[in-house]
Amino acid sequence: MSGAHATQHPRLQHHFDNLDQQFEASALGMWLFLVTEILFFGGLFTAYMIYRLAYPQAFAEASHELDVVLGGVNTAVLISSSLTMAMAVWAAQMGKRSSQLLFLGLTILLGLAFLGVKAVEYAAKFEHHLVPGPDFRFEGARDPVHAQLFFSLYFVMTGLHALHMVIGIGLMAVLFVMAARGRFTKAYHTPVEVSGLYWHFVDIVWIFLFPLLYLIDRHGPVH
Amino acid sequence: MDTAATPHSNYLTDGYGLKSWLLTRDHKRIGLLYLLSVSAFFVLGAVFAGLIRLELMTPAGDLVESDVYNKIFTMHGVIMVFFFLIPAIPAVLGNFLLPIMIGAKDLAFPRLNLLSWYIYTVGGVFTLWALVNGGVDTGWTFYTPYSSAFSNSNVALVVVGIFINGFSSILTGLNFIVTVHKMRAPGMTWFRMPLFVWAHYATALIFVLGTPVIAITLVMVAAERLLHLGIFDPKLGGDPVLFQHLFWFYSHPAVYIMILPAMGVMSELVAAFSRKRIFGYEFVAFSSLAIAVVGFLVWGHHMFVSSQSVYAAMAFSLLSYLVAIPSAIKVFNWAATLFKGSISFEAPMIYVFGFIGLFLIGGLTGLFLAALAVDVHVTDTYFVVAHFHYIMVGGTIMMYLGGIHYWWPKIFGKLYHQGMARVSAVVIFIGFNLTFFPQFIVGYLGMPRRYHAYPPEFQLWNILSSAGAVILAIGYAMPTFYLIYSLVKGKPAPANPWGAKGLEWETSSPPPTHNFEAAPVVTEPPYNYAK
Repeated sequence: MSGAHATQHPRLQHHFDNLDQQFEASALGMWLFLVTEILFFGGLFTAYMIYRLAYPQAFAEASHELDVVLGGVNTAVLISSSLTMAMAVWAAQMGKRSSQLLFLGLTILLGLAFLGVKAVEYAAKFEHHLVPGPDFRFEGARDPVHAQLFFSLYFVMTGLHALHMVIGIGLMAVLFVMAARGRFTKAYHTPVEVSGLYWHFVDIVWIFLFPLLYLIDRHGPVH
Repeated sequence: MDTAATPHSNYLTDGYGLKSWLLTRDHKRIGLLYLLSVSAFFVLGAVFAGLIRLELMTPAGDLVESDVYNKIFTMHGVIMVFFFLIPAIPAVLGNFLLPIMIGAKDLAFPRLNLLSWYIYTVGGVFTLWALVNGGVDTGWTFYTPYSSAFSNSNVALVVVGIFINGFSSILTGLNFIVTVHKMRAPGMTWFRMPLFVWAHYATALIFVLGTPVIAITLVMVAAERLLHLGIFDPKLGGDPVLFQHLFWFYSHPAVYIMILPAMGVMSELVAAFSRKRIFGYEFVAFSSLAIAVVGFLVWGHHMFVSSQSVYAAMAFSLLSYLVAIPSAIKVFNWAATLFKGSISFEAPMIYVFGFIGLFLIGGLTGLFLAALAVDVHVTDTYFVVAHFHYIMVGGTIMMYLGGIHYWWPKIFGKLYHQGMARVSAVVIFIGFNLTFFPQFIVGYLGMPRRYHAYPPEFQLWNILSSAGAVILAIGYAMPTFYLIYSLVKGKPAPANPWGAKGLEWETSSPPPTHNFEAAPVVTEPPYNYAK
């Protein structure tokens, strides 16, 4: 990859010596960005864990109101999208343009499917008055105040995750156009790899959100 | 950009229009964009400081109403902390020097670097918008539930402004870390890097690890205000103390964001003007990392009176003492570097001595505050105000100005008036001590912070402090004049006016667009002075 040939590459920016160095810098940059993302979500996870431990009953009661089937379906959808993302990266490394387009397209569709399911879930929460605020009503709850706190955290955490999904889908759309124009080759496919890291990260956040919000104490002694 | 640089062209002459500056990707030009915006915010923050000192000349709260006073000290804090002290040294000097010092042509991500300046600007616009719209009155700490449930001022606007501004810090930090890892010139090993670079590496770690936490915390505050969620609101089941934990988890390390780059500048200056290798290079380098790491474990010392468990308080107290160790290592190593050095008293060196004086007082009074019993007595008094001004302001500004004076000939290729610069350093040192030392005394005597009226027996100390502020203002204004004058009438600077070591002195003044005429190869240890 190195040598005089690579330095001629049109995608090589002036301040790098070769494409390898440029790729390594981009990848390290993305890993660091993901570290900042972990700390960003970390603040919310901390808040959630503290309140979950402080008010286990209220949180268990409130979490029963979440639709575990839809959440499970979404988990499967996201894991599948990680697979298609990995395939897209592989296709870029191999320089296969049509498979790149296929897998990027599938990733976008799966991402949209996730958001669609999420929208259905949100709509149900609005219908059942489970959105924090003056309209919040939770019939039969022993501790409605802290159940409302659960839903505050639920909406901030899943909302921020959904926002990351929207950004990810936007990235995929840009990659799709770039791939269609033949911008990626065996020698240069940094954007696909780096965006792939981001996509997997957003998936992993959900892998933590799903059990924390939907599954803990699902069959525990609530009443 | 595609024209080959001739020996006489440099980054300042490479394009003249406004567009060549606003769309530049050159880290040196971006550093200068930051210099302008950071200076503008400093002037604005200083005006609010002036209003505070004016109000406190008399015991009666007679200049402004108490709620206006609340807004004045809040805007002073917000602007100075988030828009001056945090970005000052890294975004101006770090941006300009870090790539040159390791022999790189630019930072790893030049477009991201420019973006971070725009993000900073947008964050600043939000904050100024809040100011024009009537200001904000929560104090720069935005404690809940006041900020989330009660304040009727522009909390959401300012919080959003600081949230946006945080991403400029994050991107700068990310850029620095990747640049240090991947862009070093051949022969520039980790232990040949200038200590300025080590300090900025440690700072960048805090940028990257700390800033996201304040960002999410401010998102939660904004969500409470705008969407009526209740994460920190007791009425809705939340806990306001959680906000304090999350806030200080960033905002305490933020103090090290301010002081670590200052320490980096300090190491360069001490070695250059003692003509000696820095004493204990590895210790100074690792003490920067130690400060960055331990700095993340001490946030609880802001909460000794906030219903925190007494055992947590004891642990945080001990850990806070621990931070003093790497800081002391640095001071002792600088002193040992000065020892038997060929010291010359150029203007930047006067700032070095000013830094040592202010940092010593600020650091030692920090130990008072880490002690549980003393802290309970002086919490929320002017003792705390004096302490953090000595560290954050005294330490950071002394080295910000020291660094500006040291690298000015490199940045602009002009020499300034040495005598004037020496005088301004002395005036700032005197003015600073006169402003803030009386606040230790009046705080210890029990004067609380954040009130516009106070008992008459404290007036003497407050008048001394306000008088000091006038001297300080003169000291800060002086460099503005003779430095700008040097741009017009100053003699051209040679490549290495101080006879200092380091790659930045091996390229021309000002440097060419790509920093070096020929790619540098490093063959000698850092600070390779005769002694």
